[in-house]
Amino acid sequence: MKVRAQIGMVLNLDKCIGCHTCSVTCKNVWTSRDGVEYAWFNNVETKPGLGYPTDWENQARWNGGWERTKAGKLQPKQGSKWRILANIFANPDLPEIDDYYEPFDFDYDHLKSAPEMEAFPTARPRSKITGERMQKIEKGPNWEEILGGEFSKRSEDYNFEGIEKQIYGEYENTFMMYLPRLCEHCLNPTCVSSCPSGAIYKREEDGIVLIDQEKCRGWRMCVSGCPYKKVYYNWSTGKSEKCTLCYPRIESGNPTVCSETCVGRIRYLGVMLYDADKIEEAASVENTQDLYDAQLGVFLDPNDPAVIEAARADGIPEDWITGAQESPIWKMAMDWKVAFPLHPEYRTLPMVWYIPPLSPIQNAAEAGAIGMDGGMPDVKNLRIPVKYLANMLTAGDEAPVVTALERMLAMRSYMRSKTVEGVIDEGIAERVGLSGRMIEDMYKIMALADYEDRFVIPTTHREQVEEAYDLKGGCGFTDTNGCSTGISKGSLFGGSKRPLKMPAEVQ
Amino acid sequence: MFLDLDYFIFGIMPYIALTVLIVGSIARYEKDPFTWKSSSSQLLRRKQLWWGSVLFHVGIITVFGGHLIGLFTPVWILDTLGIPYAMKQWAAVILGGTAGIAALIGASLLIHRRVMDPRIWRHTSFADIGILVLIWLQLFIGLGTIFLTLQHMDGAEMVRFMTWSQSVILLNLNAWAMVVDVHWLYKAHIFLGLLITILFPFTRLVHMVSGFAAPFRFLLRPGYQIVRSRRQKALPKRSAAKATPAE
Repeated sequence: MKVRAQIGMVLNLDKCIGCHTCSVTCKNVWTSRDGVEYAWFNNVETKPGLGYPTDWENQARWNGGWERTKAGKLQPKQGSKWRILANIFANPDLPEIDDYYEPFDFDYDHLKSAPEMEAFPTARPRSKITGERMQKIEKGPNWEEILGGEFSKRSEDYNFEGIEKQIYGEYENTFMMYLPRLCEHCLNPTCVSSCPSGAIYKREEDGIVLIDQEKCRGWRMCVSGCPYKKVYYNWSTGKSEKCTLCYPRIESGNPTVCSETCVGRIRYLGVMLYDADKIEEAASVENTQDLYDAQLGVFLDPNDPAVIEAARADGIPEDWITGAQESPIWKMAMDWKVAFPLHPEYRTLPMVWYIPPLSPIQNAAEAGAIGMDGGMPDVKNLRIPVKYLANMLTAGDEAPVVTALERMLAMRSYMRSKTVEGVIDEGIAERVGLSGRMIEDMYKIMALADYEDRFVIPTTHREQVEEAYDLKGGCGFTDTNGCSTGISKGSLFGGSKRPLKMPAEVQ
Repeated sequence: MFLDLDYFIFGIMPYIALTVLIVGSIARYEKDPFTWKSSSSQLLRRKQLWWGSVLFHVGIITVFGGHLIGLFTPVWILDTLGIPYAMKQWAAVILGGTAGIAALIGASLLIHRRVMDPRIWRHTSFADIGILVLIWLQLFIGLGTIFLTLQHMDGAEMVRFMTWSQSVILLNLNAWAMVVDVHWLYKAHIFLGLLITILFPFTRLVHMVSGFAAPFRFLLRPGYQIVRSRRQKALPKRSAAKATPAE
C-alpha cells in the first residue's frame, strides 16, 4: 500500500443551471491571454451535443485515453512510446483550432467612432488570430447552448451509443442537461504519459496535474493524449497549458475559482486517500464496465486504522487525514454512491466526479400511467434516458446510475414526508439501501450545501517537506520565466544563485 | 591576408560558429528555458503540415546525420575497413541526394504554408521565416553541389573536406589552405552551414536538441507516469507496513 492524497471534485449536475459563471471566472483568471483565447480550462456543455472541441468524446476519432492491449497491458490509445515519437513531426491526432473555434472579438470601437450613417453602426467580428474580418462565425465555445443547432448534428453525441435516438429528436421527447467540464486530474493521466519531454507531472501531495512550462517543448502529444481534451496548446507561447485546479488557492485552503463562484453551489472539493500501488491494476481491468468499481477499490477508507497508520507513514499530514474523513467527495462517491467518474472507459481514473441529474417524468400528461415503484416514480420514466447517463458515467452500466437516481428521489421523498407531513418514513430510506440518518446527511450536504460542507480543503504543509528558510525571498507564482534562475546547478555568469525550488520526480 | 575570405570562412568562422553554438545554447537553456521549444503551428493549420513537416524533418535529419558521419569519420577508418572512397561518395550522393530532395520539397511546402496562410504568417517572427529560407537555400545549394561532385567521383575532393573538418576539430589552424581551391558552390555551402550554426541558439532550431534528447528521456523513463514531490528527504522505507493491525 502506498497512500497518497488527492483533492477531488464532485459536481452535482442535478443542480447545475448552466449559467457559465464557472467558465467566465476561470477564463478571467487563467486564460485571458494571447494564444489561449480559444481555451476554456472550464466550460459548460449542453448535452446531448457534440461538445467542445467538437466530438471530443469520440476516441475512435481523437485517440485519447488508454487502450488495453491483448496482453492486458495499458498503452496510450494514440500509440506506444515509439509510435508517439514517430508522430512528433506532425501529430495525426491533434485537433485544429477550428475543432474548438476560431477565437474572435467584435469591433466595439466602431459603435462609438462611426460617423453619422444611414444605418445603425454594428460591431462586426474580427478574428483574434489573424486580426482579419470574419464574415461568419462558424463555431463558438458554447455553440450548442440550450440545444442550439439541429438534432441530426447533436445526435452524433457519443453518449447515444446503443440508444434508439430518433424519438429524442421529437419536440415532446426532447431532453437536455448541462455538463460543466474541467481537467479531471486523473490518477492515471494519459497527458502525463504521452509527454516525450516529461514536462507534465502529478503532484504527490495533492494529486494536481501540472505542466512544467520551462520543460515543455511543444511536442503537443498531451493534447491528443487527454481524452477529455482539457490540455490546450498555446499557439502564442508554443507550450501546452491546462487547468491547474487553482493550486495557489487550493494550497491555502481555498476552493478553486470555478467552485467558489458557482451560484448553483453544485461543486464540492475534498480529500480522497488512494492506494498508488493499485492504480495500474485498476486501470487495466478487462471489461470497461468494471472500471468504475475498480476505481472505487483504489480509494482508501480514511476511518480504517490500518489506512491511517499507513497514511502517516507515507507522510500524509494529520489534517489531511482528518480532511479525508470529513470529505464530501468520500461521502458522495463511496458512502452514498451517487457520484460517478466521467467516462471511466478512457481508463484514466478521473478525479472530477458527477452526480447524475434527475429530470421531469416522461409523459407527464399520462400522469396516472407513470410507473410507480413503491411510492416513488420509476427512474426509467425520467426524461433523460438512464442509458444516456450510464454511457457518460459508468461505461454504459445502468445499475449504479439507477441506484443513484433512486437515492436522490428517495431523499426528496423522505424530506418531503418529514417537513410537509411531519412523518419520518424510514421505509423510504431502507428501500434504497440507506438509513434516515444518512438521508438527512445527504440532504444537508447535497441540498443545503453550505460552504463549509462543500469545501473541506486542508492547507498544504510545505513547512513539513521544504526548508522554509530557502524559500525566503524566492520566486513566488510567476508567469513562467519571470524570475527564473535556470535549472542547472551553479551560475554560468558567476555570482551566487538562489535556485528555484522545483518538485523533483519521485522514483 | 587578413581580408582573405577563404581564410575567414575556413579558418576562423568554424571557431566562431562552434563557440556561439555552444555558449549561446547553454546561455539560452540556462537563462530562458521557457523559450526553448519547437514552436509548432500545427494547431493553427493542419493542412500541408503533415507532408511538409514529415518530408522536411526526415530528409534533413538524414542529411544532417550523413554530414556528421561523412565528414567526421577519420579517413583511416575507411582505409582500415577497406571502403573505397568512391564507394563512400556514391553512397553519399545517392542517400544524401534522395534525402535532400525530400527535405527541399518539405521545406518548400513549409515556406509556402507559412507565407500564404494568414493565420501562420501573422505569428511568424523574422527569425522563423529567416531560418527556414536559409535552410531552403542551403538544401538547394547542397543539392547543386551534387552535379559538381558527379564530375569527380573518385572521392578525392570528399577526402579533402573530411580532412579539413577533422583538422578544425583538432585545432590544426592551417587546415583552411586545403580547401581554398574548391568550387565556389562548395564554399557557399560551407559558409551557409556555418552561418546557420551561428544562428542556432537564437532561433527555434534549438528544438533539435530536445528532439534528439526526447527519445532517450521518453523511452528510458520507467513506465509512463511521473509524480513530483516537494519532499527533500525521502520517506523511510515502510518495511513493516505489511504488519498492520488490520492484517
